[in-house]
Amino acid sequence: MAVLSAKELAVGYENQAVLENINFEINAGDYFCIVGENGSGKTTLMKTILGLQQAVSGSIEFGDGLMKNEIGYLPQQSVAQKDFPASVFEIVLSGCQNSLGKKFFYSKEQKKLALSNIKKMGIEKLKNRCYRELSGGQQQRVLLARALCATKKAILLDEPVAGLDPTVTEEMYELIKQLNDDGMTIIMISHDIANVSKYATRIYDVNEGRVTC
Amino acid sequence: MLDTLIEYMSFPFVRYALIVGVLIALCSSLLGVTLVLKRYSFIGDGLSHVAFGALAIATILNFTNRMIIVLPITIVFAILLLRKGQNTKIKGDAAIAMLSVGALAFGYMMMNLFPSSANVSGDVCTTLFGSMSILMLTKTDVWVCGILAIVVTILFIFLYNRIFAVTFDEDFANAVGTKVNLYNLLIATVIAVIIVLAMNLVGSLLISALVIFPALSAMSILKNFKSVTIFSAVSSMICALIGIIISILAGTPVGSTIVAADVVLFAICYLIGRIRG
Repeated sequence: MAVLSAKELAVGYENQAVLENINFEINAGDYFCIVGENGSGKTTLMKTILGLQQAVSGSIEFGDGLMKNEIGYLPQQSVAQKDFPASVFEIVLSGCQNSLGKKFFYSKEQKKLALSNIKKMGIEKLKNRCYRELSGGQQQRVLLARALCATKKAILLDEPVAGLDPTVTEEMYELIKQLNDDGMTIIMISHDIANVSKYATRIYDVNEGRVTC
Repeated sequence: MLDTLIEYMSFPFVRYALIVGVLIALCSSLLGVTLVLKRYSFIGDGLSHVAFGALAIATILNFTNRMIIVLPITIVFAILLLRKGQNTKIKGDAAIAMLSVGALAFGYMMMNLFPSSANVSGDVCTTLFGSMSILMLTKTDVWVCGILAIVVTILFIFLYNRIFAVTFDEDFANAVGTKVNLYNLLIATVIAVIIVLAMNLVGSLLISALVIFPALSAMSILKNFKSVTIFSAVSSMICALIGIIISILAGTPVGSTIVAADVVLFAICYLIGRIRG
């Protein structure tokens, strides 16, 4: 059964559709890539999947026990984050905010979870370092660790290798592959078709509007 | 010098001024970090001018408690400004600039058209630079200030984790189901409350300094959010204390002396940050 399916979906702004007739199903354990050139509407589609904006028409359905707020999200970095005074641990821990519920403070378990995800991403030594002092690749690992705190099932990555040099890009892809091997459903937005086709199990091309395997 | 200080301390209004000053400094610095990081530094400035306009209206209408008018108006504008509507025709910084000069002009005009006392320019100066009003606080003012300050601080402590989440990454917070709009609304309301409170202390032109300087001082030497927050709160309170005491001893205006203390601290922190690399 699909964890996420788009049916006759149209996405865009203010009822102006940028992309129409989107149909796909993502199954548990998939490495699903959404590809297309810049300006093709990938980001709009992704924001709609995350519920950051309304669909123009059609629907997105979650199934197989996946809730809408249980997708870990790796966004592209914003300018404001570049000089943000926060330690790696603080940022990763903030990934637990969706399991905070009605409580105000993070529990011991949540702190443990944050720590274990930091270890998983191989950035344990950077735990107390300031986010703004890290390299691009290290920052991506921090944000990935945060995304992992928010989910057990699926993560959505928005251009995870944008601005990274080739070696670090390779490492990043390997890291994501590893997560997928461990059973995590991966949904990735990318314009790097050459690399993506090496790893993805299924690819949705927004221009062609269909899924290839 | 110490004798003068002790003598002044025996006056209740001086003690009130100290208590209120330090409390206001505490709450204004708490949200300063968030405002600076969200690139909203200018909002404090814009809102203080709105509060000035609102105060002019309240004065004309002869309200005994002017807070009743000033607070709601400022809150409404804070919400309007913080609502980052994607479909607004006028961009954020332009909207703030427009609003702040508009309100300033309107307020000044009103005060001249309907003067509430013989000395209009004195009134305007007091409202803008908060010169003496801190020493004319009544016991009720102190209680109102104290309670609001405590509410703001408690709210901040309990919502600390969510404020961090919303400040660092709104999109992520939204995606994982945090009610970002609700928290932005809350932040806007609290800022408005703080600005109206702080108007008593430093006047409407100097409020932004109280919000921004402690945060920037902390950010230039510290590297995690918790320590930045704590440092800016503590340093802001100390600067307010020092500023008020100096102003009493040297006879300088309260508001600008506090701000001067904040500026000096910022310069020191900035230098330390630079030297450490």
